Amino acid sequence: MTELQAGQAAAVPRIETQSQRTRYRDLLIALAAFVVLASLPMFFGSKALLDFVIRCSAFGLFATSLNLLVGYTGMISFGHGMFFGLGAYGFGLIMQRTGVPVPVAFVATLVITTVVATAIGAICVRLKEIYFAFVTLAFQMLIHSTILSWASLTGGDQGLRGGIKRPVFLGIDLSNHVHLYITSCALLVIGLLLMRQIAQSPFGYTLRMIRDNANRASFIGIDVWRAKLTIFVLAALFASTGGIIMALFVSGAYPEFAYWTISGEGIFINMLGGVTTFLGPMVGTVLLLTLNDTVTRLTEYYGIVLGIVILFFAVGLRKGLMDFVVEWFAQRRDGAGERAP
Amino acid sequence: MDLDALTGCLASSACLVTQTTSGFIIGMLLFLVAVGLTLIFGVLKVVNFSHGAFYMFGAYFAMTAYQFTGSFALAMLCGAVGTALLGLVFERVFMSRVYGRDVLMQLLVCYAFVLIFDDVVRMIWGPEFKSMGMPAAFQVMPLFIAGGVVPPYYLLLIGVALTMALILGLGLARTKIGKVIRAAAHNPGMVSALGINTGLIYGGVFALGGMLAGLAGALAAPVRSLTPGMGFSVLIESFIVTVIGGMGSILGALIGALLIGMIRSFGSLGFPLFTEGLMYLFMVIVLVARPTGLFGKEVA
Repeated sequence: MTELQAGQAAAVPRIETQSQRTRYRDLLIALAAFVVLASLPMFFGSKALLDFVIRCSAFGLFATSLNLLVGYTGMISFGHGMFFGLGAYGFGLIMQRTGVPVPVAFVATLVITTVVATAIGAICVRLKEIYFAFVTLAFQMLIHSTILSWASLTGGDQGLRGGIKRPVFLGIDLSNHVHLYITSCALLVIGLLLMRQIAQSPFGYTLRMIRDNANRASFIGIDVWRAKLTIFVLAALFASTGGIIMALFVSGAYPEFAYWTISGEGIFINMLGGVTTFLGPMVGTVLLLTLNDTVTRLTEYYGIVLGIVILFFAVGLRKGLMDFVVEWFAQRRDGAGERAP
Repeated sequence: MDLDALTGCLASSACLVTQTTSGFIIGMLLFLVAVGLTLIFGVLKVVNFSHGAFYMFGAYFAMTAYQFTGSFALAMLCGAVGTALLGLVFERVFMSRVYGRDVLMQLLVCYAFVLIFDDVVRMIWGPEFKSMGMPAAFQVMPLFIAGGVVPPYYLLLIGVALTMALILGLGLARTKIGKVIRAAAHNPGMVSALGINTGLIYGGVFALGGMLAGLAGALAAPVRSLTPGMGFSVLIESFIVTVIGGMGSILGALIGALLIGMIRSFGSLGFPLFTEGLMYLFMVIVLVARPTGLFGKEVA
């Protein structure tokens, strides 16, 4: 054993314990967040607040999964919303047509999403930057127009109406508002925790490398196409879960869920919150939904206000809110460090 | 699916002529929008996601000018010049700030303007459907070619678009300005080192692209209904056209636009509910076979 190998052997276990510690820390934060969220209904009886959190769970999962593509891998998908729509329609249809238990429908929807995402991803991930953005957009519109034209199955432009039956399973009754709320929170927290694991895993670092220099990644023997396809499918699964929450929440599915604006909003949420931190998209979701609710109450010209806010972030700040906060903290810490000695 | 209607049409010359003409005007309008998009991409290396808004403004400008003056020629001019100015201002004030930044930023700035422009139109002209009406000069008997009906206005529209294609193609290939633009697309640093104001070229190209989209909107105003958000479907279709034809290629835009026009026109007979789906499907097939489009060059 050379000196170098001996050094490595000593270094490896230390890294492992460190990553294990991060993992425990993430798990603890997730548990704490879930406990706080789950205890909210006991203190606040307001239905509006619970509704808000449910919508945040749906869009938060969607936006964070988009960040796995945009922020971590550098794949700007402009059609990620198709999986949100697919989740909502898939779940709604399975529940309406077959009446299987909720968990079965949930898993079945994810299986369908995997199949569709693999097929679409296999075509898309070969393409670079702007071509990738367009082709994903085109697929989104293809799914949207399929939903509109296949009226006998999807209800066309009316959407999936008539409500989704939600039989009780394991004592959980999703037609009960609080039960639905707790379930969404649980899905959100588990989803975020899983995505965090993906982002911090060696695979997550492979993705960052592909983002920074795909050629170099390819030189050291990484199958870039396969890695991109894998994350494309994984991200689709979480987006689909967001769609399922949305379908449960509105008890139906509408063509707007699969329209391109959902993808546009997802990108915007990422921008708003910042793509360099894991929780940036979650912060962006809360911001956008708050903005959405306030502006639509005040004016009918929602687009103008939203557009100006986007411009402020894109041209003015040039970064998301969380990027800004993180940098501000770093500067403060460095500043304090300089003064201390 | 109604394949009988499609085969029935293909067998009759009257239907064939009618559908081909309608395919041509869809294609020509798309070409005018798509060629601006492809030109802006070729020179400025940005994708103008708000290009559809220029089409929309062109149509509304033309309608308003027509209502005030009653002159069709003036309406076309207003649509084209108005959007050219708008394009110039938009490029100089906003887009010029995001050159060289990541694609995400450029898409976002454009996305913001898609939202803003749609609402501005809603504010000024109202949310309801508007119609400009066919100018009196074209309210004449349609021509009958081989039994198919061809309104004279369609011929004008096709003529204008083809003239534009010719002017653009020759202008870029033969004139000095065309050479400078091509040089700026290739190496802006060197062009600017030679004492040419690249900012002016960028603004000019953006204005030209805006003008072409505005002209398409103005030409479409008598035959289409006007509504806020009308630009978006056109935008998506012209994206498909540029992707099929190859980004940055004028010939590609022309061929792509005609292909999409024909698919839409004949597809609406055979697959009335899935016409849009057909276009996306066609695009996917082209991209799988040739990722850079039919006439696109390999982008480094």
